[in-house]
Amino acid sequence: MKPILLSIALASLLGTTAVAADAVKIGMITTLTGPAGYLGQDIRDGFKLAMDMDGGKLGGTPIELVVEDDGLKPGQGKQIAERMLGEEGIKLFTGIVFSNVAGATVPDIVDNDAIYVSPNAAPSNLAGKECNENYFVVSWQNDSLHESAGQNATNLGYKKAFLLAPNYQAGKDALTGFKRYFKGEIVGEIYTKLDQTDFAAELAQVRAAKPDVVFQFHPGGLGITFLRQYEQAGLTKEIPMVVAEPSMDGVILQSVGKAALGLNVSSHWNHDFDNPANKAFVEAWEKAYNRPLTSYAEQGYEAALAYGAALKATGGSIEDLAAFRDAMRKADFQSTRGKFAFGKNQHPIQNWYALKVVEGADGKMDLKTVGELFKDHTDPYAADCKL
Amino acid sequence: MTLFLEQMLNGVQFGVMLFLLAAGLTLVFGIMGVINLAHGSLYMIGAYAGTWIAGETGSFLLGILGAFAAAALAGVAIEYLVVRRLYGRDHLDQVLATFGLILIFNQTITLIFGRQPLFVSVPAILDGSIEIVPGLEYPLYRLTIIVVGLLVAAGLYLLINKTRIGMLVRAGSTNRDMVRALGVDIRLLYTLVFGLGALLAGLAGFMAGPIMAVQVGMGEQILITTFVVVVVGGVGSIRGAFFASLFLGVVDTGLRAYLPGLLRHVLAGSEADALGAGISSMGIYLIMAIVLLIRPKGLFMPNS
Repeated sequence: MKPILLSIALASLLGTTAVAADAVKIGMITTLTGPAGYLGQDIRDGFKLAMDMDGGKLGGTPIELVVEDDGLKPGQGKQIAERMLGEEGIKLFTGIVFSNVAGATVPDIVDNDAIYVSPNAAPSNLAGKECNENYFVVSWQNDSLHESAGQNATNLGYKKAFLLAPNYQAGKDALTGFKRYFKGEIVGEIYTKLDQTDFAAELAQVRAAKPDVVFQFHPGGLGITFLRQYEQAGLTKEIPMVVAEPSMDGVILQSVGKAALGLNVSSHWNHDFDNPANKAFVEAWEKAYNRPLTSYAEQGYEAALAYGAALKATGGSIEDLAAFRDAMRKADFQSTRGKFAFGKNQHPIQNWYALKVVEGADGKMDLKTVGELFKDHTDPYAADCKL
Repeated sequence: MTLFLEQMLNGVQFGVMLFLLAAGLTLVFGIMGVINLAHGSLYMIGAYAGTWIAGETGSFLLGILGAFAAAALAGVAIEYLVVRRLYGRDHLDQVLATFGLILIFNQTITLIFGRQPLFVSVPAILDGSIEIVPGLEYPLYRLTIIVVGLLVAAGLYLLINKTRIGMLVRAGSTNRDMVRALGVDIRLLYTLVFGLGALLAGLAGFMAGPIMAVQVGMGEQILITTFVVVVVGGVGSIRGAFFASLFLGVVDTGLRAYLPGLLRHVLAGSEADALGAGISSMGIYLIMAIVLLIRPKGLFMPNS
């Protein structure tokens, strides 16, 4: 047994040192354990996919990706960042899934002359007055996700909505975003817990309030639990639901199955987008990984593309941070979303789409793009950013 | 009124789940004096084994047996390999060792099943909901959990109070050294109790499967609440664990359901919701703090 273990240990050591000496290090702090572990896994594997498609490089520069698990603990994320910044001298960062971890970690990174590119969390407090020239977001500003859901609910003609989201920064952003674009009346609003496992008490309130539509934001395992209990309570047939993509990603969709049929989702990206960059991405993913493709994977992939474009422009140099930032801002890459640009606060300007859960040809549930919600949408906090 | 009744049922159902976990934890803590943080892992192992077997074979019953077998085996293995060495040690050593076990189990499950949650549907006969009183439809599966939990409670009552093993368990929780001095094979008793606790945790994990997502780390989410139950009920007391579980289950559900609504009478909407959510998630810990102040040995233990 021991020799095997030893050789595994040796192999993993060799694996990390086999990278060329002039490789640029990218630090990825992400959530790999717990119920939301698959979110970080998809971001990591999406990022890696972009590297693999470029032969272990990004924009022609060899990359050494250093991945660490934050365990969804803000303190742990901060600690990892400090170590990566200090001992390991890493200058480029990405990976954080959750807004509470981002809130504790990102300021440390960007204040220490390092670049952070967010593949997911983009809390409102980092988008406005406290925006930073070293902080880029390729996913979306948190509010935008739910603004699109609010617009979707308005378009679908719902008049009375009941809202549920976990009690943390992204949950608050979710409800704010939804309300900004929903024209009807809010008949109820509940903050759940980020580690909640039973929603029976909340669902009973939803039923009693008799809304036209339920809007909920519960990412990862939380969302699976919520949707299954929603179905078991018999609410699926009674009250339709409108959500943004984190509450109905590819994994949740497969876990929930038929109960999700007809659900209205809004997203910045979907696997069925008809553009060459997206087709190449979807095909490569399916070849490399035998599991559902989620928007997290797409966001990880785009983060890698954004870094790749900047590295290509600077010839792989990150010595001159100002030049690197300028190269980043151009976002000179073929986005899987078709169109992508950074706004004033270095958050995306992009289109938003309405999706619907339909039954695919193989009997599996599938997300289908059915319409456009916003064109060149930006977030409301950009105006307060002094960059 | 039907809404209130529904919320009470939800509370009882949550309480019953807590009881299945707390029963094992309180026995292990009370009799052996071991703080077993890995109890949540047994819950997870039961959920994974049962759900996987139920998914592969399509039989819910085989799933239950699988959950029992896996959790009990894991429990006995933990006791034999790790916990047995810790009886004489400090609580800190026990916490460290069993916390290490949590990490090992979580990673092992990740290696075997991956990070994506497993999925099992409610068996067909328990699917759907029934009308308990006019206007109140309650999911049949949740009702089943309540019934199973109460049956287990009754079974434990008989086991602890009416059998020889139960007598030894009670004696062990009152005065361990005396039981040993009287020539009882305390090691065997320990292993049995540990296995029984694991069995109940496995049952809870498997029953939670169709309602919640079966995922790595699911045990830790519920473990903390379970510890609160054990402390409030009194360490080592099954009866205490039972009443404390139901009490805390109902209180937690009630706070979540009604506190934001009550606060909305005095505060603006969104502030009331945020504050309500905050206070209701603190609720059971506040109760624990109060209980520790007034009756440090637990609500259902004689204060000697």
